[in-house]
Amino acid sequence: MVHGSPVEIPRPSVGVSVPRVDGAAKVTGEALYVDDLPKRDGELHGATVRSPVARGVLRGVRLDPAFNWSDVTIVQAADIAVNTVALIVDDQPILAATHVNHVYEPVVLLACADKAKLARAVRAVTLDIEPLPPVFDMEQSLAKVEIIAGEDNVQKRYLITKGRADVKVEPGAVNGESATAIDAAIAACDVVVTGRYFAHHQEQMYIEPQGVVAWWDTDGAHATGSIQCPFYVHKAFTKAFLLDADRIHITQAVTGGGFGGKEEYPSIIALHAALLAQKSGAPVRMIYDRKEDIEATTKRHPCICEITSGCDRDGTLRALSIRMIMDGGAYVTLTPVVLSRGTLHAAGAYRWDDVRIESIAVATNTPPNGAFRGFGAPQTIWAIERHLDAVAKKLGRDPIDLKEQNVLREGDVTSTGQVLRSSVAGAECLEKAVLASDYRAKRARGPVVSGRTARGIGAAVFMHGAGFTGSGERYLKGKVAVDLLAGGRLGIRTASTDIGQGTETVFRQIAADAAGIAVDAVDFAVPSTTTCPDSGPTVASRTVMVVGSIVENAAKQLSARVRAEVEAHGGTFGEATDRLIAREGPITSLLQYAPPSFITWDDTTYKGDAYPCYGWACDVAEVEVDLDTFEVTVVDFWSATDVGKAINPVMCKGQIEGGSLQAIGWAVSEEITWRDGHITNPRMTNYIIPTSLDAPRFQTILVEAPFAMGPGGGAKGIGELPMDGGAPAIAAAVEHAVGVAMGSLPLTPERILAAKQASERTSA
Amino acid sequence: MKISLTLNGAPRELDSAPLVRLLDALRGPLGLTGTKEGCGEGECGSCTVLLDGDPVNACLVPIGQCEGRAITTVEGLGEMAHLSPLQRCFIDEGGAQCGICTPGMLISAEALLRRVPDPDEPTIREALAGNLCRCTGYQRIVESVRRAAELLREGAAR
Ligand code: FES
Ligand code: FES
Repeated sequence: MVHGSPVEIPRPSVGVSVPRVDGAAKVTGEALYVDDLPKRDGELHGATVRSPVARGVLRGVRLDPAFNWSDVTIVQAADIAVNTVALIVDDQPILAATHVNHVYEPVVLLACADKAKLARAVRAVTLDIEPLPPVFDMEQSLAKVEIIAGEDNVQKRYLITKGRADVKVEPGAVNGESATAIDAAIAACDVVVTGRYFAHHQEQMYIEPQGVVAWWDTDGAHATGSIQCPFYVHKAFTKAFLLDADRIHITQAVTGGGFGGKEEYPSIIALHAALLAQKSGAPVRMIYDRKEDIEATTKRHPCICEITSGCDRDGTLRALSIRMIMDGGAYVTLTPVVLSRGTLHAAGAYRWDDVRIESIAVATNTPPNGAFRGFGAPQTIWAIERHLDAVAKKLGRDPIDLKEQNVLREGDVTSTGQVLRSSVAGAECLEKAVLASDYRAKRARGPVVSGRTARGIGAAVFMHGAGFTGSGERYLKGKVAVDLLAGGRLGIRTASTDIGQGTETVFRQIAADAAGIAVDAVDFAVPSTTTCPDSGPTVASRTVMVVGSIVENAAKQLSARVRAEVEAHGGTFGEATDRLIAREGPITSLLQYAPPSFITWDDTTYKGDAYPCYGWACDVAEVEVDLDTFEVTVVDFWSATDVGKAINPVMCKGQIEGGSLQAIGWAVSEEITWRDGHITNPRMTNYIIPTSLDAPRFQTILVEAPFAMGPGGGAKGIGELPMDGGAPAIAAAVEHAVGVAMGSLPLTPERILAAKQASERTSA
Repeated sequence: MKISLTLNGAPRELDSAPLVRLLDALRGPLGLTGTKEGCGEGECGSCTVLLDGDPVNACLVPIGQCEGRAITTVEGLGEMAHLSPLQRCFIDEGGAQCGICTPGMLISAEALLRRVPDPDEPTIREALAGNLCRCTGYQRIVESVRRAAELLREGAAR
């Protein structure tokens, strides 16, 4: 039901900003997040004892004999049936058993009814660790100064080649072996530019920390919590507890933001809570405080890109060579997939004849990096956009002209050889953002200096693949169930979670329109592995586009049956539904996703249709730089973003604005600082995310280049795209304002000053 | 110690150690979980409540200091069936996404609108600067507050 809404929702509802269905519960405080769930009988609190050492041999665990342990449950590695967090590679233990590989690695779990005593218990555990030399720097890891993971510290590598026959077959060398064909292709160009670009860690900083409540009963294991992907947790439990699938019950509580941070990490906290619950026989609630959440959970992967490109004197881009390294942290987690997306976006939204991109992810002794909105693409888009700005400078042209000249258009071919047949809107987004922001006039005028501030403007053009890479959806087989309910209602059951994006509301809109019924005649079940089919994870900007299209088809199917019944025996939609149910019993449409048949993808050569379609965008940032302190303030932000079809424009803009502000924070104020593998700023007071005063006015233009297979008339993914363009647009604006070309993030005053001094030294 | 206070307009009593955080007293013995904890150190504002009409971070206020005072939490602003204009605008204008910051935001906005019926955008941003939101980019929150102020001025029913 849509509560408290004074407006009548028109039909069809797609394209209308239907008020958030879960809104009333959220604005009244009735929505139950994990820490709000009623206490279960005999519930204990859980806590984690973590390694203070970045790398070492775990010799033993000492429990203070003076402490009264009688009412404390203790779990160690030896208590676990299979001590592995199931994900892509089984390299991460649930609790460290013999070695520790990063500071904050969990070693011992404790549970106690008394929270204050539990905190003392954590301090009464001493870990006996013999330190080994750690590696914190990804280039040192690549250089194998120490072997800290596997045979060579390498977690994953990819190679993309395109163009001339010899470039296309160039071997997959990463270290040492030279790439001669691409070098030759570049050398043949009129203008050659080389650059090195660095992107840093980022903390998701959802406002609700990670948390889970776990318990066991005759049905098996239960976990409820702040979870983006319930079936990931389900898989992790299957492996660790050797349980049958139907003995595991994972349910999402209302979730206070995720942004990727609650994609894979919840498996760990849920396993920990469930282990304590199993051993104690009592329910266990485990909620991280902010410090623990920042320290122990995943971050965005740092990334170095070395780019050399060649173009004609008229600016036509010809050849591109990229070597990129990502820092995966101590364990693999989702790194191969993040690296993949980063690699696939590294050439940017542009046409190149010859391309060679080699990418490699290495281990370091830092907490594992993982999913974060954008998933590797913001890092490489940062690099290629900065690089094109440098190319434009060398050509003596405005970057936007160079980008406009080379942006991919319909019929063009991407770096993986994908022919872009339709739904290509880079040029349109560019034009709209440039017009709205008065970019050209402002650039032509030059930086505006007034008093001690200089104002500049910059732009970024980018695309983001919607949905899983390549054949991902084919392996995944995402499913949705839609039930036909009494009175002509529909009930959606899916594992796609609403973590704030508005899935619940948008899915209802899609189903309602498909069935020709009202939005408030559609229900949405709480995502749970027991009652909902596996729709695939809530990631990769796939929820609306992929899962939404299954919802649409299932709703269509059901309504067709009801309408046939109306046709045959009369009555209303509701009456016909009731007759059908009376006759046949419960009626459900359980459908599986059918990926577009035109997609061909080769996982071994990394050639083909990398994504079913792309979202396109152009961001323009206007900044003020304080000429004394070099502090950067983003004062205005325009974004023209192609979403295919905006099912719910207000929510769609909300995604774009929220994602853009995360990009702005990443660019100017957010920075994780380290000492010996410890995070020195694990608090909201010193890891600075933007406040309402730091946020610019957002001027968001929705562009709609429909994707034929998208629901609601062509919706594409929108979740991640807005994270991609902010940082390079801001850096371009800073360059416009003060003439310093920043290649490294974040754009903090110290870094800008250092870069300015360095450039003055070289020009002197 | 015994503490008497007024909670969302109703007199309440509880027995508590005086140094217990108001946040824990609200969420625990007083049974109102609408007030959220995002940091526990006065930085995020998700625990904002009104103490005698002024917004405070409930994670920094010991319950012992609340004797005889009036506290308003999000539960005191309106109910599912009778939303306040501010609550309604947060839904309609997209001011709440994940919703975890929303109770604190609403309370800060409520305090503002009680003081300033016609706030301009910088005033709204200033009033919300102590409430972090990671989802919205703030624009729709500012818009929600502005719209609510308009409705209130037009004398919409409360
Ligand atoms: S929990 Fe009180 S300010 Fe964050
Ligand atoms: S709506 Fe999620 S933090 Fe504000």
